[in-house]
Amino acid sequence: MKKVQFQSPWLPYLLLLPQLGIVTVFFLWPAAQAIQSSFYLEDPFGFGSTYVGLDNFKDMITSTDYGRVARFTAVFTFFVTVLSLGIALLLAVKADKVLRGASAYKTLLMWVYAVAPPVAGLIGVLLFDQHVGPIVDLFAMFGWKMQIGVNYFDTSFAMIVTAVWKQIPVNFIFFLSGLQGISKSVQEAASIDCRSGFRRFWTVTFPLLAPTGFFLLIINITYAFFDTFGIVDVIVKNEPGNNPVTLVYKVYLDGFRGNDLGGSSAQSVILMAMVFILTIIQFRLIERRVHYT
Amino acid sequence: MAYRKTVASLVAAAALLGTSSASFAATDISWWHAMGGKLGEVVVDISNGYNESQDACKITPVFKGTYEETLTSGIAAFRAGEQPNILQVFDAGAATIIGAKGAVIPVEDLLKDNGLDFNIEDYIAGVRYFYADSDGKMIGMPFNSSAPILYINEDAMKKAGVEAPKTYEEFEAIAPKLKEAGYVPLVQSHLPWEFVENFKSRHNLQFATNNNGYDGAEGTELVFGEPIKNHFKAAKKWLDEGLFGYYGTGWGDNQTPFNEGKVALWIGSSGSFGGIADTVDFPFSATFLPYWEAVEGANKASFIGGAALFAMSGKPAEENKCVASFFEYLTSPEVQYMWHKETGYVPITEAAYELAKKDGHYERTPAAEVGIKQLSLDGGEWTKGYRMGFYVQIRDVMNRELGKVFSGETSVDDAFATIKADGDKLLERFAKTTGN
Repeated sequence: MKKVQFQSPWLPYLLLLPQLGIVTVFFLWPAAQAIQSSFYLEDPFGFGSTYVGLDNFKDMITSTDYGRVARFTAVFTFFVTVLSLGIALLLAVKADKVLRGASAYKTLLMWVYAVAPPVAGLIGVLLFDQHVGPIVDLFAMFGWKMQIGVNYFDTSFAMIVTAVWKQIPVNFIFFLSGLQGISKSVQEAASIDCRSGFRRFWTVTFPLLAPTGFFLLIINITYAFFDTFGIVDVIVKNEPGNNPVTLVYKVYLDGFRGNDLGGSSAQSVILMAMVFILTIIQFRLIERRVHYT
Repeated sequence: MAYRKTVASLVAAAALLGTSSASFAATDISWWHAMGGKLGEVVVDISNGYNESQDACKITPVFKGTYEETLTSGIAAFRAGEQPNILQVFDAGAATIIGAKGAVIPVEDLLKDNGLDFNIEDYIAGVRYFYADSDGKMIGMPFNSSAPILYINEDAMKKAGVEAPKTYEEFEAIAPKLKEAGYVPLVQSHLPWEFVENFKSRHNLQFATNNNGYDGAEGTELVFGEPIKNHFKAAKKWLDEGLFGYYGTGWGDNQTPFNEGKVALWIGSSGSFGGIADTVDFPFSATFLPYWEAVEGANKASFIGGAALFAMSGKPAEENKCVASFFEYLTSPEVQYMWHKETGYVPITEAAYELAKKDGHYERTPAAEVGIKQLSLDGGEWTKGYRMGFYVQIRDVMNRELGKVFSGETSVDDAFATIKADGDKLLERFAKTTGN
């Protein structure tokens, strides 16, 4: 391979500058601000502030609500990730086998990808509306009287269903292209060795899909953590009440609705730390088990 | 023709005001508000009316979303030096904006400094001090002032053969009949406002220490006694027996079944009047927010709800002059009467109330007078209002815990213990935000 060498030692830095600039302005600077204001209690209008040390963190951790929100976020992330990956994989495997009209099937499965999260949330709200929602009517026939916005479990259910529905197409597209990337010769060799299609999938196809799956796992956890904000906001209709909300949504509620800048900053610092730890775990522990060809 | 006269005098006043500044171009002022739907249309009408009444100033109203969103946009804009001239702030945000000394020009000073009359006695008793500081100086101009009142589906009353209740005891007596007639007997639409804050006011009960929070943020704590706990225990019992409906925290989710004619009695805002009159196809009326006869000294006035207009500081003198002249226009009896008639919000001045009476408005629509009458009931030690910081979050805590009561996740006593603990913590935190 030909070695590429820059003529001037400054050129690589110059080329990196735009990217570094963006990271500094949109990440490092706000992050530093958040860390700073997490140690203060500040008047929203900016007239006064008191240094309170770690009080914001203490108040946050000792409040009963924060634990409840954190638990919900964990459960929500787990179900959204597992369900959207699982269903998408199943659909991709099945769609891969379709011979006639394949593109029609695929398009039908993919179009949801184009729906923005708040719009997805709005569709969810309409489908699950306690007065006119068709899904509520459907479940009522089976004796389940859903009350979105009143019952914690029902509201969580609606949020998870909407979030999963929105995310399946992304996973589907990636899984499908991953499946199509597996060479025919490997699959033919496998079908000579083993008759069971199910076993062939787990021992041959699935490991070969692992790099795609790992990438999607990270994408989906991030999605459930952060990108579902719009869905949560629309389903709770901007009124948290006793509804389940995610940690990111709580940062918004306390900071932008309640104007508690210190408390909100403390939460976002914790969130930053969590994402940092998550990233380390993913790349240190899980990636070792993934084999790239 | 009184209207024309006022307009003419306002034009004259505006012209006089305009003489000091170069008045060849109108001064632009901005007004950020949270009035959506029909209310927003009336806001635009008022602004147009003002712009047509004089040449010196031109006001532009901008809809900013919910009350919470409007306050947050205003704060963010203030910190960036881009604040509007007028910001509409709701009851729960009053402590935040009044507590930030220097963010606003008190309306009393604004009017007096610009040579306009101001007399707090001109305003109806109920609205005088809610947006005032502890010395009684009016800081925000009450704008859309409302009271929680009981709306009645007359068809339901007729079908069940009952009279609308004045007290919760009377409600308990008629509720089974309403249920039998096929209605949800009672629905509210805002637990903190209708079942907590105004429960306190209607029964003349202390809401918080430090004179309901008016005497300072430091050391203010919430106060919950037996009456309010008993009220929620009763409400939970009604819910379980199908005598009360609860559809979550969202206002609309609770109003919809009433509009659809499924609910017999609905506690809403006097400001809901215009919207309901346009929507429902059954005869309806209204009466005072019920109270418990068993609580001694009950049936007092309710707190003023809704929102006020605040003149933001840091603006040039000529713009402030325009804000003052707009406030004068806004409080003129004709404009107040128009606002009252179109929306159901109460007229904020005695003169406007008199005008509405003289015009026969209440003979045509008696329900329109309920809000102002309720605000004019006898006051007590604890009916002036409350002043608490981080109150938006305290309301969220109430909605969360009281919602849990109705979904069966917690008991009434535990819920109030948590509201007090979390609320007091928020108040303690708020007290520190104003430090230096």
